[in-house]
Amino acid sequence: MNAAAWSALLPYLVLTGSLLVLLLAVSFRRSHALALWLTLAALAATLASLPASTAAGAQNIDGFLMIDAFANFFNGLFLLAGIVTALLGFRYLERRASREHREEFYILLLSATLGAMTMASAAHFAAFLLGLEIVSISLYAMIAYPEEGQAPLEAALKYLVLSGVASTTMLFGMALVYASTGTMAFGAVLGASTDPLLIGGQVMILAGVAFKLSLVPFHMWTPDVYQGAPAPVTGFVATVSKGGVLAVLLRYLVETDLLSHEALFLAVSLIAIVSMVVGNLLALLQDNLKRILAYSSIAHIGYLLIAVLLVSALATPAMALETGMFYLAGYFLMTLAAFGAMTVLSTGAPTDAESLSAYAGLFWRRPVLAAVLTAAALSLAGIPLTVGFIAKFYLFAAGIEGELWALLWALVIGSAIGIYYYLRIVFSMIRTAEDETAAEGGARSFEGLATASVLGAGIVAYGIYPTPLIDMAREAVRAFGG
Amino acid sequence: MNILALILFLLLGGIVAWASERVHPNAPRWVGLLAFVAAGLYVANAWAGGYAYANQYIEWIPRFGINVILSMDGLSLMLVALTLFLGVVAIVSSWTETERGRGFFQFNILWVMAGVVGVFTALDLFLFFFFWEVMLIPMYFLIAIWGHEGRAYAAMKFFLFTQISGLLMLFAILALVYFHYAATGLLTFNYNDLLDAELSGDVAFWLMLGFFVAFVVKLPAVPFHTWLPDAHTQAPTAGSVILAGILLKTGAYGLIRFVVPLFPEASADFAWWAMFLGALSILYGGYMAYSQSDFKRLVAYSSVAHMGFVLLGVFAFHEVDGRLVTNELGMQGAIVTMIAHGFSTAALFMMAGALQERLHTREMSRMGGLWVRAPRMGVVTMFFVVASVGMPGLGNFVGEFLVLVGAFQASIPLTVASALGVVVAAVYGLALLQRSFQGTPNPDIPAMRDFGWREMIVMVLMMLALVWIGVYPQPLLDLSEPVIETLWVAP
Repeated sequence: MNAAAWSALLPYLVLTGSLLVLLLAVSFRRSHALALWLTLAALAATLASLPASTAAGAQNIDGFLMIDAFANFFNGLFLLAGIVTALLGFRYLERRASREHREEFYILLLSATLGAMTMASAAHFAAFLLGLEIVSISLYAMIAYPEEGQAPLEAALKYLVLSGVASTTMLFGMALVYASTGTMAFGAVLGASTDPLLIGGQVMILAGVAFKLSLVPFHMWTPDVYQGAPAPVTGFVATVSKGGVLAVLLRYLVETDLLSHEALFLAVSLIAIVSMVVGNLLALLQDNLKRILAYSSIAHIGYLLIAVLLVSALATPAMALETGMFYLAGYFLMTLAAFGAMTVLSTGAPTDAESLSAYAGLFWRRPVLAAVLTAAALSLAGIPLTVGFIAKFYLFAAGIEGELWALLWALVIGSAIGIYYYLRIVFSMIRTAEDETAAEGGARSFEGLATASVLGAGIVAYGIYPTPLIDMAREAVRAFGG
Repeated sequence: MNILALILFLLLGGIVAWASERVHPNAPRWVGLLAFVAAGLYVANAWAGGYAYANQYIEWIPRFGINVILSMDGLSLMLVALTLFLGVVAIVSSWTETERGRGFFQFNILWVMAGVVGVFTALDLFLFFFFWEVMLIPMYFLIAIWGHEGRAYAAMKFFLFTQISGLLMLFAILALVYFHYAATGLLTFNYNDLLDAELSGDVAFWLMLGFFVAFVVKLPAVPFHTWLPDAHTQAPTAGSVILAGILLKTGAYGLIRFVVPLFPEASADFAWWAMFLGALSILYGGYMAYSQSDFKRLVAYSSVAHMGFVLLGVFAFHEVDGRLVTNELGMQGAIVTMIAHGFSTAALFMMAGALQERLHTREMSRMGGLWVRAPRMGVVTMFFVVASVGMPGLGNFVGEFLVLVGAFQASIPLTVASALGVVVAAVYGLALLQRSFQGTPNPDIPAMRDFGWREMIVMVLMMLALVWIGVYPQPLLDLSEPVIETLWVAP
């Protein structure tokens, strides 16, 4: 390993090091505030090391990791999402977790972020699985964090069992691919091979990925886990854990050109279309905001699959990667904003503000929070002035270039259905509260409100002037894989 | 003239109006009024000085060849002036209507109008779509927050209709840009570049249909009109004034500015069907208007009928030397109808709002004989009903007459059917007047406040405008003529 490789590894080293510092700090001195500050410092320091890492160029670390601008784009997203989750979680844990163990939450948060970063740079099945499991295991504990009530525990157990099955499936798929090709590094090109071992293995890997991304028909866990998990963690599950899998999926598909296999392309297209339609249709039936967002995330990842499919449908994958990255960045912003507003509102209450009726009259009670949630909902619906519109525009533009007409029609139909339930969220906030079920959010959480406001402002700012984000994504794609 | 500054001024005015609520609960409406008056004077000044025509170009999203291109020609100028004037009318008409969230109310009015000004001036297709949607959200809020009893349903329906048709248009815009890109290697959303796009017949037809549906939903024409009666009836007065006066015109504007020039052959091929929809709207809208017992709903359906004339005029392609060309008379008529209808319908909705505020009902069966109680309101209503019916000497007549003359060159049967619509208009117009203002006074209504000077000023201004268009429409025709001449391309 030369100097360049070390500087490419810098973010990973910084984060691992500060994880250890936090671990030690927590075992010597239990202080919630100290844990938060250390976490923020760790994430900020890692974020600050990203430019140095990118400047080192694309570095292949022993065939295990490929650290390039592409990976660091995702790393930046994960770190920012980690900061958001830490800031939102602080006041929430003050109220909802017992005094004895609030601090471990941040250790789990850092390790989950590290896992996602590992996935973003994985160039080898072992790194892929390692990152995936670090994220999943951290999440089991994070989901079950609040003590009162059975819902978090139930959600964690459900996630544990189903996620375990998915990981095993994926692992078995990797074994089959290894048996057929003799290598665990990405790049086992499928080509015209008819080897059943190889094809079967790839299908199993894709099935595992589809589970982690909660695509139909592997989506059953999503609404329950979203609903049971504490609001700040739900936001993290919805963004970072899915973002990590998507990053590794994109890299894997570019390296293997897997989807040039016609049957696989068709299968993934079908999964995408069904996810868009089913996710949106089921969201129509919900009265619980967390469940609405769960089904909406199914649909959104379905939209994102258009970018994934374009990796093989376009002559060069550059536009596909750019689209996927932009869409994911937008998705991070709007999802975190929605869960951020929910967290702030839930902080003072004994249970999370999940039911739509809890939002009645929010416009008149907490205008800033209502504005953030409105921006998030309109952005998820893809209305102009928000980053969600530009993201959807990207999909349309790239999809037309790839001539994926059926998928684009599904996108139109899915978006059309979606408008209805996103507007319901907005409408529930402007109507007057009829009863006293409305969540008051007694505890004022300054840092939570500030975080949510920044996210809301980001949605609008990138919706009006997306060029900086576009340029970032393009730079990252240009340096892809060296 | 700096169009971008004008739009930003309105957006900023909205924010100031919202914030000014903290100073005094009545401050927002003054801020809103002043913003529209100032913007209106700015445009009027530029118009009078002869330098209203403008072009602005600012780079925006170079990745996709998207730029801020704002441009003002005669057609845009007329419509922007109408927009700002109706902004004043909207604020005056809801002067005392809102109790809750007055700042946010004015904010929404200013933002809708800013979006509309953008729609009328944007010459980059992405920017156009951007503004097209920007005007939707505040309108949704206006209906959903300050609307009447059925506001939730009406607001949702309005949003779904326009949004879904908007998606189709977005799809069509992108496909158009892509096909242009594939043919020339130039990725651009610039309207003037895309005018030259060469499309095969089938592609052009489908893309034209994508635009057409979006605009016809907004217009609206039968069978896409069902959102309109609900939205108009449930909206607060200012919302109805804006919807009928301005938002419907964005649909008509889109047909004239985008559908016909971008897809001339496809439009010419489709012309008979479009005219048929226009004629159908005229007759069906008139029939439905007559059947209503709700004052506002009647006016709403009459809008469907009037907009049918616009559709008829725009698509009255006729044969010259064996080729189908756009119809200058029809286009002129459509444009005049747009402007005149903006005034007459805005006034009638303002009247409906004033009646609702005084009587707490829109049901005409609970009115009757109101003339005695409020003679000024009676006179005003009569004037605008007569204008709306198409009495010679007033603006609406000029527009509808030109449309019918133009349409006659294209299809005689459809023209005859549409001309019958003018008779139907007289029937429902006079029915409206009789049921509400004439007849025996309803004893349940003891006393009613008549219009004050505030309402009378805007009403008189609108009357003068209609008389001016009716007697001397030449300035309007001169403004729109150069625009139409560029469309006068034989496909």
